[in-house]
Amino acid sequence: MGRALAVIIWILTLLSVLLFLSGKWWLPPAISNHAPALDRQFMITIIVVGISFTAAQVGLGWMVWKYRDTGKAGDRAIYSHGSNRLEVVWTVITAFVFIALGVMGQSVWASLRLNDAPPGSYSIEVVAQQFQWNFHYPGKDGKFGRTDPSLIDDGALNFIGLDSTDPNAADDSTSAMLAIPVNRPVELRLRSKDVIHNFWVPQLRFKQDLVPGMEIKVHFTANKVGKYELACAELCGQLHFKMKSYMLVLPEDELNSLLALPQEQFTTRIGELRDKYQLPKYQ
Amino acid sequence: MSEAHEGVHRHPAPTGFIRKYIFSLDHKVIGIQYIMLALAAVVVGMLMSLLMRLKLSWPDHHWAILEFLFPTGAPGGVMGPEFYLSLVTMHGTIMVFFVLTTAPQGGFGNYFLPIQIGAEDMAFPVLNMMSFWVTFVGFIVILLAIFVEGNHALGEWFGVHLGNSFAGGSGTVGPIGGWTGYAPLSALGKIAGPGQGGGMNLWVISIAIFCVGSLLGALNFITTLLNMRTKGMSLMRMPLTCWAWFTTAVLALLSFPVLLGGGILLLLDRVAGTSFFIPGGLYVSGVLSGSNPNFPLHTGGSPILWQHLFWFFGHPEVYIAILPGMGATSHILATFARKPVFGYRAMVFAIFAIGLLGFFVWGHHMFISGMSPYSAIAFSVLTLSIGVPSAVKTFNWIGTLWGGRIRFTTAMLFAIGFVSLFVAGGITGLILGQSSLDLPMHDTYIVPAHFHLVMGVASIFGMFAATYFWFPKMFGRFMNESIGRIHFWLTFIGVYAIFVPMHVMGLQGMPRRYSQFTEYEFLATLHPLVIFVSVAAIITITVQILFYFNVFWSMFKGKKAGENPWEATTLEWNTTSPPPHDNFAGVLPTVYHGPYEFAVPGAPRDFVMQTDVDVEVPSGNGHNGHKH
Repeated sequence: MGRALAVIIWILTLLSVLLFLSGKWWLPPAISNHAPALDRQFMITIIVVGISFTAAQVGLGWMVWKYRDTGKAGDRAIYSHGSNRLEVVWTVITAFVFIALGVMGQSVWASLRLNDAPPGSYSIEVVAQQFQWNFHYPGKDGKFGRTDPSLIDDGALNFIGLDSTDPNAADDSTSAMLAIPVNRPVELRLRSKDVIHNFWVPQLRFKQDLVPGMEIKVHFTANKVGKYELACAELCGQLHFKMKSYMLVLPEDELNSLLALPQEQFTTRIGELRDKYQLPKYQ
Repeated sequence: MSEAHEGVHRHPAPTGFIRKYIFSLDHKVIGIQYIMLALAAVVVGMLMSLLMRLKLSWPDHHWAILEFLFPTGAPGGVMGPEFYLSLVTMHGTIMVFFVLTTAPQGGFGNYFLPIQIGAEDMAFPVLNMMSFWVTFVGFIVILLAIFVEGNHALGEWFGVHLGNSFAGGSGTVGPIGGWTGYAPLSALGKIAGPGQGGGMNLWVISIAIFCVGSLLGALNFITTLLNMRTKGMSLMRMPLTCWAWFTTAVLALLSFPVLLGGGILLLLDRVAGTSFFIPGGLYVSGVLSGSNPNFPLHTGGSPILWQHLFWFFGHPEVYIAILPGMGATSHILATFARKPVFGYRAMVFAIFAIGLLGFFVWGHHMFISGMSPYSAIAFSVLTLSIGVPSAVKTFNWIGTLWGGRIRFTTAMLFAIGFVSLFVAGGITGLILGQSSLDLPMHDTYIVPAHFHLVMGVASIFGMFAATYFWFPKMFGRFMNESIGRIHFWLTFIGVYAIFVPMHVMGLQGMPRRYSQFTEYEFLATLHPLVIFVSVAAIITITVQILFYFNVFWSMFKGKKAGENPWEATTLEWNTTSPPPHDNFAGVLPTVYHGPYEFAVPGAPRDFVMQTDVDVEVPSGNGHNGHKH
């Protein structure tokens, strides 16, 4: 029985490790500037995780394999209440490794979350609502027109309540798709009209909730032109599973010519750009 | 130092059926009641997970039985997205509260804590009875949520008689919000879509009632353990199970009130038009807050406040679920390895450290919530440090097996399985606990993979081990070992097959709480894994029939067990199986030894019971509980 259990534990351990090592299912290739540091931290962590997991399971299996009851009279277990020295050793080692991992893990976080977007960043307002994404582009003046929930008019496609009497709003555009420049810092100002949503593009390697009543700013730089799926990752109600949009990472000139268009042509053009670019291939 | 307080807890053995088995004051009966409640609740929760797997794998399949049962939620037998999300919510709520919090603590804790410390009953038997029945009412209310949402006529009746916010009838099996019920989705009411009606009110009320029941229980556990230990039962001579139940009770006492308060505020937001969690200026389903009687004016609330209140409870709750399993595992490993627990003192400190640190890490559920990024750093580092006592426990479990003479009973198999699963599930906390790595991992399938293995399956393995181990004491009969072994092998392999693939789904970015994965290209390649997991889940769930059969068959037909069938050391094995009404037939035992004196050199047998007189137990390194 003991040997069978040990073998099963080892086989399950081996299969689990192989599933990870196969690389068939993995983080998708990243397209943001902070991703390499994050992925490196992930690799370090998963190696520590893999080694600890394997060592513990192999050790457990070994004890189970080796120390079974022989049924012989007088054959007793070792009488030991443990070893204080060993307790201290493994407490100190795990404390060092785990806390070191935790501290190392802060650098990416700090670079993304503890400072504002660098000057010259490209800002977009993201306004989520149940099962739809709205993106608000400030236009050439770089200033967002005023918005007010009482001005929301779904029939007129004014989903974000943009105040058309505000001069800053004159050159603003809105869209259900996100277009950003490549290789230039982007700042998203995240808001929600109703419940909590979450901005999630796997290739960007970050998530952020959009919380009603708050404006949350995040920044990143995308470095690969293309089209990427944008998903909601916080349960927001019935059709959460298809609250979907696209993020287009465009060459700066292509983006600029898009932004220069008036609203109607903007909508047509961004649709064309969506069709022009292909989604990345998944294995 | 410790003594039994006469009179407080003493009550005569009841004679009538109702006082004996229904409204019983006997902690043993109440313990079995909690276990039965969990056994009933887990069937509901498991069937729900079965339906969820069916939906995820075959989203458009027509299931004739569902068309019959849920004509609105599953029209034509195809589960709708709101139906799936109500399954998610109810599965989580029922499993966390009514299974993982009832059986380990209220069930086995209630039954064995008084016996293991040599007491006649709990300190407050009436309170104990109330804590069970309050919990039971909570369970009835959560079941009611299923019917109020699922049945149109009942949903309407509730709306008419209890007020509009109680109206249900959306055709689902409950509210939509996940077990975390994030506001404002959970706070807005029907305006926010299906599954936000009466079922959500009942969900909040059920949880609030559950909190009250747990608080009553926690007070009782703490008082009993501190005041009612028998002569010689010093703290450091207590079995590790008692330490685990005690720490769990402290966690419950400090965390449930916060959830209770939060739940009341959420209910007020829903029924009384308050704005604790609802900010101003919301525009929901085409209606502006305050512009319409269906959507009153809200202003000034904070959605993040709900998350803080919820997780201040919710994280300790994880330890409430698993600490009793840890205790049972330590207890059973020592018994069947025929060896003292390795590092008893370190184990006690580790339980305490886990309990204490468990209160300072709730923010790791909220890295991406919009809370201060500075506090995320503190929460992250504290979270990683909680891995240290967890690792210490793992080392000590493996150390307990080292040099043992292991007897592979079914209970032992499950205890060893617990260690394996605790490692497999816990270790990925090193990933999720880092705020940076949480950025891509948050709310993907790696999260359910992690917590199902560690707080779900490992805890349940602890309870399986406890059931096979203590069944002979509780019912005077053994469970069938052959069926038990088959149950173990299939379940052990099954849970690995279900939950390990979920990790790599999460790496690829698969979000939780999606009713189907048909809308995204980046999820398409995961389909074979989704099917694999579902098949594994269907098999593993089916296998649990063996366990149910074994429990109920063995109660009446199992092989008879004596007083101490496992040759164990602690006080529950010093009395008949099952124990008499007052546990020790009028004579409380006196304790002379630590709880796990196996393989003592020179002792006549390979185990020294805590009550054995005239046996010399030498002091060893890291020893505990000897005569001072």
